[in-house]
Amino acid sequence: MTRRRRRLPVQPMAVITAIMLAVLVFFAIFAPLWWGEQAVEANPDAIALPPSAEHVLGTDNLGRDILIRTLVATRLSLVMALAATALGATAGLIIGALPAVLGPRAQRAFSNVIATWLAFPVLLVAMLTVILLGPGSVTAVLALALTMTPSFARLAQTLSARVAGSEYLAAARMLGVSRGRQFTRYILPNIAEPVVVNVTTSIGGGLLALSSLSFLGIGVQPPEFDWGRMLSEGFAQVYVSPVAAIGPGVAVVFAGLAFSMLGESLAGHLRRRTGRTVRPHRRLGAAPRTLVPAEPAASAPPLLDVQGLCISFPGEDGWIRTVQDVSFRVARGELVGVVGESGSGKTVTMMSIAQLPPAGAVVTAERLTFDGDEFAGLEPGRAGRILGTRIGVVFQDSLTALNPALRVGGQLAEVPRVHGGASRAQAHAAAVEALQRVDIPDAERRAGQFPHEFSGGMRQRTLIAMSQIGSPALIIADEPTTALDVTVQRRVLQLLRRQCEDNGSAALVVSHDIAVLGELCRRILVMYAGRIVEDVDATLLASPERLAHPYTRALAASLPDLDTDRSQPLATIPGEPPDLSVTQLGCGFAARCAFATDRCRTEAPALRAHAHGGRVACWHPQDGVPVPLTTRAEAVS
Amino acid sequence: MAELIIDDLTVTFGHGAKAFNAVDGVSLTVPSGTIVGLVGESGSGKSTVARTVAGLQKASSGRITLDGEDLLDARAPRRERARNVQMIFQDPYSSLNPRMTVGETIEEALSIHSDRTTAERKASVRELLELVRLKASAAEQYPAQMSGGMRQRVAIARCLAVRPRLIVADEITSALDASVQGAVLNLIRDLQRELGLSMLFITHNLAAIRYIADTTAVMRSGRIVEVAGAEEIVAAPTHPYTRDLVAAIPRIEHAGTDHLLTP
Repeated sequence: MTRRRRRLPVQPMAVITAIMLAVLVFFAIFAPLWWGEQAVEANPDAIALPPSAEHVLGTDNLGRDILIRTLVATRLSLVMALAATALGATAGLIIGALPAVLGPRAQRAFSNVIATWLAFPVLLVAMLTVILLGPGSVTAVLALALTMTPSFARLAQTLSARVAGSEYLAAARMLGVSRGRQFTRYILPNIAEPVVVNVTTSIGGGLLALSSLSFLGIGVQPPEFDWGRMLSEGFAQVYVSPVAAIGPGVAVVFAGLAFSMLGESLAGHLRRRTGRTVRPHRRLGAAPRTLVPAEPAASAPPLLDVQGLCISFPGEDGWIRTVQDVSFRVARGELVGVVGESGSGKTVTMMSIAQLPPAGAVVTAERLTFDGDEFAGLEPGRAGRILGTRIGVVFQDSLTALNPALRVGGQLAEVPRVHGGASRAQAHAAAVEALQRVDIPDAERRAGQFPHEFSGGMRQRTLIAMSQIGSPALIIADEPTTALDVTVQRRVLQLLRRQCEDNGSAALVVSHDIAVLGELCRRILVMYAGRIVEDVDATLLASPERLAHPYTRALAASLPDLDTDRSQPLATIPGEPPDLSVTQLGCGFAARCAFATDRCRTEAPALRAHAHGGRVACWHPQDGVPVPLTTRAEAVS
Repeated sequence: MAELIIDDLTVTFGHGAKAFNAVDGVSLTVPSGTIVGLVGESGSGKSTVARTVAGLQKASSGRITLDGEDLLDARAPRRERARNVQMIFQDPYSSLNPRMTVGETIEEALSIHSDRTTAERKASVRELLELVRLKASAAEQYPAQMSGGMRQRVAIARCLAVRPRLIVADEITSALDASVQGAVLNLIRDLQRELGLSMLFITHNLAAIRYIADTTAVMRSGRIVEVAGAEEIVAAPTHPYTRDLVAAIPRIEHAGTDHLLTP
């Protein structure tokens, strides 16, 4: 994989923030050098003057120019705020994140310390510090750092707890990586981003808090001065010269705003970096559509007829075609398996047919007919309402597909209540009956339990029961047994097959395990890089020499079986699947295929009827049956 | 490489009335230079055995020794423990530090266990990557830029960098695509032959274990129910539970038949 170049659009807020910070830094460095003496020298001739051309903001009680003093105070105000935040952040990181490498006992102890510390009112801590250490700028910085520490610590603790439980930290411990290195190379880099954003935003708040302390007279003491001190002095003469308080006031607001905006800009930048940058639809143009003409409608209409299905996602440099030119039909009561590697587009295809496409996906189809209704071109929400319960979906992860806060029976009863208008009692009875049908013992009691009280196999069976409850004509199951043990897997597969046969429902079952689908289904669709490459009768899997596509053969051969020759290496597929964000010229499998020719690399083979009774998209099918040598262009015309 | 002996190991979770033995009197030997498979379903305690051997879980009673050296001795220095046993984890997406490049990850393991110079370490990183069939350029990549199969190779290389006396592999293929699993199994088998590794290979996949292991132990509810040669145990299972396991494996030669519906 290559790192693609990123064009980061310059955000206006980032530019403004940079200018504001530059101004602050400039005055913090140069103002004290240029006007340092002028700012402290009393001038008895110009006491408490109103604004004039000579003194833009007037002068104070000792005749010093307020504008010059405001600019000179930039350094002390900023240094104090930065020092306090830095101290607080360092202490917070040590207290919050270090225990992650010290073990669970230390984590618990430090967690208690942080919770107690957080419970103290901020102002009380600050006041106590000042009382104990006496007022002054160092005390103010310490007081502020003490109040900032626990909130940074809590953040660091929450973030580092996730790293502490990670396998990569366990691996590091096993390797004998020292605790110091665990902290600096494992914990800190993995929690850095949110902490940096939080700390930056806090500088602005710190500045404000320090100014308040000085304003109250318990911060910076004369002859030193910061913005808060000046504000307090300005207030003394507010009736004589109201402008006196405005200068330092504006400075505090300006600096506070600059740091808050810096934090926001950083956060925005990180969000854009971690998330995929996508360009808006109108810049990408219309989503790609199929180039293959739809087959004429069948005389006896199938249950599901998908022609020329394309699914694209907006990407950085254009559309990413996840699924292309997918066409297939499912007859009533037919069990069809869909096999492919992760990223082959099998799940997104099935979810789009169920009108549950992932966010951002643009689905186009020449024809998408289900049970007599046309769905192509309909917006998913509307299509979903027309669909109602006619397609049942079994999700892969039974733990997340069930609502953990609701009783299982209640979730099952939802379907007849919402779609069937059943009464509460009727719906409950239907739910219990559905559980009984999927062999869940003691269904009445089980219906009153929560999902976490069920085992993985029982949850998966519950999902099957749920998908069956509206007597759907089609069930779409996405990796229904991937997380299950073999014996449980077998029961779930048996159940799925029996339920379909008893109710006459068809099923589309997605899996990456071709052996599972072979036992469950009648027909197998093999997907590779977003296309169907072979559509074949399941019985042919048992005799791989009758399979046509090299990819299907490799897939069937790569699984170790109970009679694999142990003296030979397992068959593997060299290389990696293609990058779908780059437009594919030829066959997607060509780069990994031992039989590929120049034609395969330049011209994509269309999925067409093959002598083995199914369909195949390949220029060189391997079952000994030659394909007619027409080009795709001819096939289209 | 060395011989691992697990003797009457018990691991208890919970206290008082809620206590239960996740591992209940397990005895197992991994002879030097062989792969022993440990199969079982989720909750059988096989992963707990793995984690206890690796030192990530405390044993309640029993002994684990490697060439006579006590592995349960918590006072052993961490470097020495690391050189005794290393573990390869199930999920290659979570077992590599996302903020370190592949080269840094392997180099770190090397730097802890040998005092070689930077140049020598760089050369060793290249050798290890070659050993797990990755290109030398992979060293510059971050885990996020790699596929699952490639990441698992990196995890294997990191483990080999320590030259451990025993490797514990915990379900290392189950998070991978079917087409990638074969490649990782091939790699493990080749490495085992080249380097004479001793390995405890944990899995729920009987076909994979038959291909890769010399001996297989079947575990259920914290106990070992059957131990036999990897080939014999699937050809002629004697314990009813092993028979159930073998019968439940989906097989490609049953494709398109009604075999699934037979009880």
